[in-house]
Amino acid sequence: MSDDELIWRIAGGSGDGIDSTSQNFAKALMRSGLDVFTHRHYPSRIRGGHTYVEIRAADREVQSRGDGYNFLLALGDSFARNPQEEAFYGNEELKPLSENLDDLREGGVIVYDEGLISDEDVEELNLEERAEENGWHVYPIDLRGLAKEHGREVMRNTAGVGITAALLEMDLEHIEDLMEDAMGGDILESNLEILHEAYEMGQDLEFEHDLRIPEGEHESEQALLSGSNAIAYGAIDAGCRFIAGYPMTPWTDVFTILSQNFPDMGGISEQVEDEIAAAALAVGASHAGVKAMSGSSGGGFALMSEPLGLAEMTETPLVLVEAMRAGPSTGMPTKPEQGDLEHVLYTSQGDSQRVVFAPGNIEEAYEQTRLAFDIAWDYQIPVMLIYDQKLSGENTNVDVEFFDREPSPDLGSTLTEEELKEAAHDNSGKFKRFDYENAEDGVAPRSLPGQKGGRYLATGNEHSPVGHISEDPDNRVYQMDRRLEKLEAIREELNEERESTQTYFGDEDAEYGIITWGSSQGAVEEAVERLNNSGYSVKGLSVSDMMPFPEQEVTEFLESVDEAMVVEMNATAQFRGLLQKELGRFGEKLTSLLKYNGNPFEPAEIVEGYEVNIAEEDREPTAQVRIEPAAGD
Amino acid sequence: MSAFNAIGEEREIDRDEFTPGVEPQPTWCPGCGDFGVLKSLKQALPEAGKTPEEVLTVTGIGCSGKLNSYLDTYGFHTIHGRSLPVARAAKLANPDLEVIAAGGDGDGYGIGGNHFIHTARENHDMTYIVFNNEIFGLTKGQTSPTSPKGHKSKTQPSGSAKTPIRPLSQSLTAGASYIARTAAVNPNQAKEIIKEAIEHDGFAHVDFLTQCPTWNKDARQYVPYIDIQESDDYEHDIHDRQEAAEMMRETEDVLNEGTVLTGRYYVDEDRPSYTQEKQAVGEMPDEPLAERYFDDDAEWERSYDLLDRHK
Repeated sequence: MSDDELIWRIAGGSGDGIDSTSQNFAKALMRSGLDVFTHRHYPSRIRGGHTYVEIRAADREVQSRGDGYNFLLALGDSFARNPQEEAFYGNEELKPLSENLDDLREGGVIVYDEGLISDEDVEELNLEERAEENGWHVYPIDLRGLAKEHGREVMRNTAGVGITAALLEMDLEHIEDLMEDAMGGDILESNLEILHEAYEMGQDLEFEHDLRIPEGEHESEQALLSGSNAIAYGAIDAGCRFIAGYPMTPWTDVFTILSQNFPDMGGISEQVEDEIAAAALAVGASHAGVKAMSGSSGGGFALMSEPLGLAEMTETPLVLVEAMRAGPSTGMPTKPEQGDLEHVLYTSQGDSQRVVFAPGNIEEAYEQTRLAFDIAWDYQIPVMLIYDQKLSGENTNVDVEFFDREPSPDLGSTLTEEELKEAAHDNSGKFKRFDYENAEDGVAPRSLPGQKGGRYLATGNEHSPVGHISEDPDNRVYQMDRRLEKLEAIREELNEERESTQTYFGDEDAEYGIITWGSSQGAVEEAVERLNNSGYSVKGLSVSDMMPFPEQEVTEFLESVDEAMVVEMNATAQFRGLLQKELGRFGEKLTSLLKYNGNPFEPAEIVEGYEVNIAEEDREPTAQVRIEPAAGD
Repeated sequence: MSAFNAIGEEREIDRDEFTPGVEPQPTWCPGCGDFGVLKSLKQALPEAGKTPEEVLTVTGIGCSGKLNSYLDTYGFHTIHGRSLPVARAAKLANPDLEVIAAGGDGDGYGIGGNHFIHTARENHDMTYIVFNNEIFGLTKGQTSPTSPKGHKSKTQPSGSAKTPIRPLSQSLTAGASYIARTAAVNPNQAKEIIKEAIEHDGFAHVDFLTQCPTWNKDARQYVPYIDIQESDDYEHDIHDRQEAAEMMRETEDVLNEGTVLTGRYYVDEDRPSYTQEKQAVGEMPDEPLAERYFDDDAEWERSYDLLDRHK
């Protein structure tokens, strides 16, 4: 828990501009040469309610939120309900201060808005006493008053940033630049005044703390973006130009980004009546010859089970994204969980086939989205990307060079009219679209409506080579076997022709393992490093291919360790279940560390989980996690 | 009209062009009204100047869903109630396609009711034919949304307590710009109406009464029809929304008791299609999107140009 890093937490009410302020501040930190990682906590409410954003910044790579934090800017909640409701909701105005104290590190800095948070309330918190115990440094400042003087109350965000910069001895240059980009005229002017005045006020304070802005430098240009940005841009580079959806948190982010960009690039976005329609539209557009995607979150994705099966049976290429949030049912709309794995793997009737990728960070989100489109159009099979509210919303800096690659509008195994002339037709003149005789790897190339000589029927029923409904037993077995062949071919391609999408960390010869998937990857990576630094011998594996499962890679990993802990954000150990199902063994080697309280793992929780779970220390974990012992334990 | 066969030879087209050469015979029962839809479509398509290659027929599930198995065009046989969302996306992706969606009354007004409302609302340029036989056929005779109140079936043995849906009024309310009802027993009118529906620029909804000789012998589908355009008793302006609504109300009130009116109920030629509306707000490319993928000169956007705002 080193203090060579800044973890700045800005807290306020939902609607107080916490998100935009933190976005800009994170960018300013990035521009000053630091690596950043943001974590967002917000309620399912439009205005008011406790919300915070954490920005972790250091002069080294940061792949996860940290353990706790060391700088709190508590703005107070300006949308708090009236005092009569306090008995039920508690003192909401104060929450940005009161709710965050438990996680503040020893020696941390607190700035709170005296203008909104009253002295009486602060007294009730025993802040003075607690500050002394923990070595906190408290700076009450009238941010509201300052903002009011120069314009409007909402600008107390800016005042808060000014104070922060002063207390950290940080240059204002990048912050000013970003403000100039974001606004103009009188608003910019008053904001700049507020910024400078707050900065000077901060400089006049007597500093008791020793937290300063870390120094860092980037070798190349960086961009700050979220997992949702990465998925949207991956889709654009893959040639996706059609999206249909229905809003649902957190899937809405990808949907919104593409809807805003498509008009400029000749793409089409459709917001439709429900999720069944959304996925069905993507199927229709794909059938007609456009790379299309749709997606949703758990509850909305449940409705997509039908069109998913239709895409599988008609062999229509399709990419669906599933942005998990805590369930069951509507669950906790704004809280992350990895609880939909089994839902995504097994939904839809029959022996249906699909490919499922679970990217673990921003770069993987971009690359695996591109891969998803490649596989979907090459093999004419639905491919799903499963990620969660955490990866969707967290922002990290990525080297701009990383994205420098050619867009790919390639339609995979789709024939041109020229090629169709050579293709097999039956004696009625119809194109043998679902021809099992000429299929390679199970893939029978398709035609597009409107092409000459390509007429066929795409059928959701079992069908003959030209697409007619058929219950002929021989045809059924041929068609089924051909479709099954695709998944085997994809498994082979992923194993042999492509770079592994699994991520390893730690020393290859380590005795113990931690295995995880999806967005928990970053926290596990950091935990593995810390465990090794404290003398344990641990390595980590984060799996991205959920289907087809990378049997060989995971087997080799598990064979090489004495025991392994499976880390995931759900209560029923879904990924561990998948491991045991796919590999058929290792039950005795695997234990689970599960977290499902709505907050993502902090690295320290994984470290502690390992110590309790594997190093067999005789104690209970202090964090809100659950240990699931190995089979037979 | 001319078209190309599989090896690219050009030839004249007529209804035979839409009749598959060596294909399965329809599995519909003898006397089924669905034959009437198939026949009128085969006649209307060449008259409307369409070639088999440019037509995409999208169907749902049920006896009606088999329509495109017996019709030689591009086809997509989807799932129960979902023909419309698949069809309208195909039209958006490639507006050059002539898209015809079809389904039954259970499929279109029941399970697909939501899509029906929204497709009509958006006024997608397509034809939607609903095979209305007031019964679930392929699942063997259950009460459908258009079955009359009191209709007895295995799933409603005491007689349905539900008032039947009013497809024409619903279509008008939702925003369809061409609304007609025709019947399989009235083949000349049916062909004319289907042809008009295909030629109409906007959402053309045709409620097609198709008798079910197996499961719904009692239905009023067999009575002689009055063609509202031909009859002297009715003078109604098909461009007048109020009058159309009134005509619909009258016929839907008594549909299961006596008089059955068919013909055009409402035509709005001025309402722009969804493609036009979407183009007007800048959300839809002028050229068919699907063609860009085969255009070697197309400039493909790079995502890293979008990164500027993230720097």
